[in-house]
Amino acid sequence: MAASAAVTANYVLKPPPYPLDALEPHMSKQTLEFHWGKHHRAYVDNLKKQVLGSELEGKPLEHIIQNSYNNGDLLPPFNNAAQAWNHEFFWESMKPGGGGKPSGELLALLERDFTSYEKFYDEFNAAAATQFGAGWAWLAYADNKLKVVKTPNAVNPLVLGSFPLLTIDVWEHAYYLDFQNRRPDYIKTFMNNLVSWEAVSSRLEAAKAASA
Amino acid sequence: MAIRSVASRRTLAGLKETSSRLLGSRSIQTFTLPDLPYDYSALEPAISGEIMQIHHQKHHQAYVTNYNNALEQLDQAVNKGDASAVVKLQSAIKFNGGGHVNHSIFWKNLAPVKEGGGEPPKGSLGGAIDTSFGSLEGLVKKMSAEGAAVQGSGWVWLGLDKELKKLVVDTTANQDPLVTKGGSLVPLVGIDVWEHAYYLQYKNVRPDYLKNVWKVINWKYASEVYEKECK
Repeated sequence: MAASAAVTANYVLKPPPYPLDALEPHMSKQTLEFHWGKHHRAYVDNLKKQVLGSELEGKPLEHIIQNSYNNGDLLPPFNNAAQAWNHEFFWESMKPGGGGKPSGELLALLERDFTSYEKFYDEFNAAAATQFGAGWAWLAYADNKLKVVKTPNAVNPLVLGSFPLLTIDVWEHAYYLDFQNRRPDYIKTFMNNLVSWEAVSSRLEAAKAASA
Repeated sequence: MAIRSVASRRTLAGLKETSSRLLGSRSIQTFTLPDLPYDYSALEPAISGEIMQIHHQKHHQAYVTNYNNALEQLDQAVNKGDASAVVKLQSAIKFNGGGHVNHSIFWKNLAPVKEGGGEPPKGSLGGAIDTSFGSLEGLVKKMSAEGAAVQGSGWVWLGLDKELKKLVVDTTANQDPLVTKGGSLVPLVGIDVWEHAYYLQYKNVRPDYLKNVWKVINWKYASEVYEKECK
């Protein structure tokens, strides 16, 4: 994977960096088949159709996202563009055998900005659990600080001026087959068993380099 | 001797009741999960029994529980005169109160086929639908299209604008009740398009859910509401 944390996608449905059954039993193959194979695929396909013949055609994904965010007065391509970006970022936020506490510089920074890993865990958990309706919870980096952010629907930290480092999808389609209404159980499972701290670290390095 | 003590016990009890009222513990009404007027499996195959049970016992119950909690906190904040706390609670009240309001309507909007679910509206509502949308099919097509287009979570509604005396189709986000789109709007039919309303059965294919839900829509209830509001 390139050193760049940016997901440029170029409107391609990139497969997750692991087989669809590799996250079991924490996230089922069936969930990946629908979530990646249907939902994510539809965002990419519909984005392609939507920008065809428009001035946005051929522009990098992040450009379309910023342009169509339009300071919160969302233009039609925003939903598909941002969701295409968010989902690729999500698959790469997870890995088989992931989760638990990070180490090294990342742990030090979490302890610096949240007091302890446990406080970060609780804050991330709470953000993911209390994002009402569809949305995402994020660990993000801005002004040399780590922070937890929650966003509705397709919104992501890119349009809020910070660097995304980690995300969990809390749209119901992300967890309903495996957890039904039990979003808190899904969030705990994600934190304990799925987070790829390697991905978070490399994104942090890219963010620091870009901010320098 | 015995009579006197009974009398004084009653008097004491009376005093106790009065004093707890005077101490300002204004009793707030709490809400409970309404029962469904049909079995969980009665709407099959349009909506699975599994979905109905989780939707009612878990999702709607959670809105009720959280609404009651928010109201209790609101009551305390109001009593303390804590304006910031009151304002801060508004989103929890809107989410959870709205969720309770909307789902209470939704269960009445549905009926098993053998109890009239899916039967077209007769009477004045049927006529009004033809006038406003050309036909019931026209209305169904419009509501299904708007319901499918809701991004994220929300509802699609057939409402009556009491002031303008006309039918409207509109959508609301998250658990916003229809009245948030206009104070004179009365909900007649609401269809939940949150993913929890259909995912276990229809997965990502929301349009299939919207195609099938009409088979169990209770137009009798919608007609009753319409006729009552039109008086």
